[in-house]
Amino acid sequence: MSGSRDIGRDFARRLLRNRLAAAGGLVVVFFFLVAAFPALFTSQNPDRIDVANILRPPSAAHPLGTDDLGRDVLARVVYGARVSMKVGFVAVGIATAIGLVLGLLAGFHGGRVDAVLMRFVDIMLCFPTFFLILAAIAFLSPSIVIIMAVIGLTGWMGVARLVRAETLSLKERDFVAAARAQGAGDARIIFRHILPNALAPILVAATLGVAGAILTESALSFLGIGVQPPTPSWGNILTVGKNYIEFAWWLSLFPGLAILFTVLGYNLLGEGIRDAVDPRLKGR
Amino acid sequence: MTGGIYRPEPDGALLAMVNVYKTFPVRKSFFSGEDLRVRAVDGVSLTIPPGKTLGLVGESGCGKTTLARLAIRLLAPDSGAIRFEGNDITRMEGEALRTTRRRMQIVFQDPYSSLNPRMKVRDIVGEGWLVHGLAKGKELRERSERLLVRVGMPAEAGWKYPHEFSGGQRQRIGIARAIALSPKLVVADEPVSALDVSVQAQILNLLKDIQEEYGMAYLFVSHDLRVIRHVSDAVAVMYLGKVMETGPAQDLFREPLHPYTRSLMSAVPMLGDAPSERIVLSGEIPSPIAPPPGCRFHTRCFMAEKECAEVCPLLREVAPGRFAACHFV
Repeated sequence: MSGSRDIGRDFARRLLRNRLAAAGGLVVVFFFLVAAFPALFTSQNPDRIDVANILRPPSAAHPLGTDDLGRDVLARVVYGARVSMKVGFVAVGIATAIGLVLGLLAGFHGGRVDAVLMRFVDIMLCFPTFFLILAAIAFLSPSIVIIMAVIGLTGWMGVARLVRAETLSLKERDFVAAARAQGAGDARIIFRHILPNALAPILVAATLGVAGAILTESALSFLGIGVQPPTPSWGNILTVGKNYIEFAWWLSLFPGLAILFTVLGYNLLGEGIRDAVDPRLKGR
Repeated sequence: MTGGIYRPEPDGALLAMVNVYKTFPVRKSFFSGEDLRVRAVDGVSLTIPPGKTLGLVGESGCGKTTLARLAIRLLAPDSGAIRFEGNDITRMEGEALRTTRRRMQIVFQDPYSSLNPRMKVRDIVGEGWLVHGLAKGKELRERSERLLVRVGMPAEAGWKYPHEFSGGQRQRIGIARAIALSPKLVVADEPVSALDVSVQAQILNLLKDIQEEYGMAYLFVSHDLRVIRHVSDAVAVMYLGKVMETGPAQDLFREPLHPYTRSLMSAVPMLGDAPSERIVLSGEIPSPIAPPPGCRFHTRCFMAEKECAEVCPLLREVAPGRFAACHFV
């Protein structure tokens, strides 16, 4: 009973009590720091070619070894985190923004608007997303901006459905009727009464979405149509690694682990947030 | 001077509902493709004079809540007319409706779903002022706090979120919100049904005190006859979307006329002034999708005759000021 921060504190307490979620959160924070301050984690230049030291195993000078051009793998993985985080956040940002607007429109107005928008969602869901992305990139030149846009533009349908469902249920609640009776207009009802109450599931979807986006970016880069060398990305480091996997395991293992831990981290965190905001699990 | 059909008298009434109908679509019949509709409010007329309380009583599913929401135009009727302060608000929209709404408010049944969990109590209470540009910022906070104190809450309550309060306290917050704009009419939709009996009395007394202070009229919806008796000046008894009986509360409780009212009364021990024989109704309340022909109540009525299944009785004056819709009263 101690004032206004209670909801947030309660939420944080439940989230931290979930060990897996806390571990996931820690991993996410770690990679976030890596992406934000790469110089703290490596002193090497990720693009410096050293033909005298190609495919060297991990050593004191190169903790994670070197690649086929003698570049430091640690530096490349560290700077690759930047790409992954950027793609993850921007793509999910785009997807969430689109999904939010369309979901709110469909759920709030209902009727014909809802029917048209949801059929559009159904159509978008019919496309196998990954092949849609492949096709789109085949027409456009692969660059990090295009990749973020394409992943975002093909990933908003889940958010739209989620927001629509939340809006449908929230707009029938008594506090919305009360706001109407007070004389509140549509905009106020949407932004003050519906949206704040729909944020929790959106946050969960966005967190899980970041994991998916990072995985998609890695897959595209691995196939050579994602982030283009020499810009390091976990996916394109792996591409090089697969050529030398028999005698240079470090080149595949470390970017692979980075992808694994990041995706796992976001998934655990997302599931943790979901459990923490789900009232049915309250007081557990 | 008895025998006339019930006619609402819009002149001088705060709220007058004239022959109001409201149906809701249910899914289409799978076989015939016929449009099925729930007839929630099926030709209801009533009036509320300024400053008075009309108690609206009936079983769950009889259309009470729909009628309550029609009264303040949270819903629009299919047909009929609704007049408020002499103005026709039946089809009112937009800015005109927004302005009118300042003078009619609602208190909800469920104190948990009626307060936005993401808003502080002072913002909930003061939303009307903000929306109508009457107060904001510091002034809104101070006015909210004063209003919270008026409804029996501590002033600090304004800083907290609804989940920190009990059902009774939340209902007080809901009442504060409803009276913030000094409305002329407050619809109280089962305001105490979700509360403990001990808290019920406190909330009922608060509502009565506020009515004396502010002079607003109540449309008080409840399924609990004891509550209705406690608060009402006049009572309307609803069954399957229709008003069965209406009249001054004292008379109606002393001598219920309609067989449905009589059976309701007999179900509440120690309610009537004279001990009456228990009238047990058989069967369930029929579906409002396909209400029975003739009198809505004839399928369960102990007085039913052949005529009742064929002719729907009108609400007519059977004693001075008292109206009942029954062939045999």
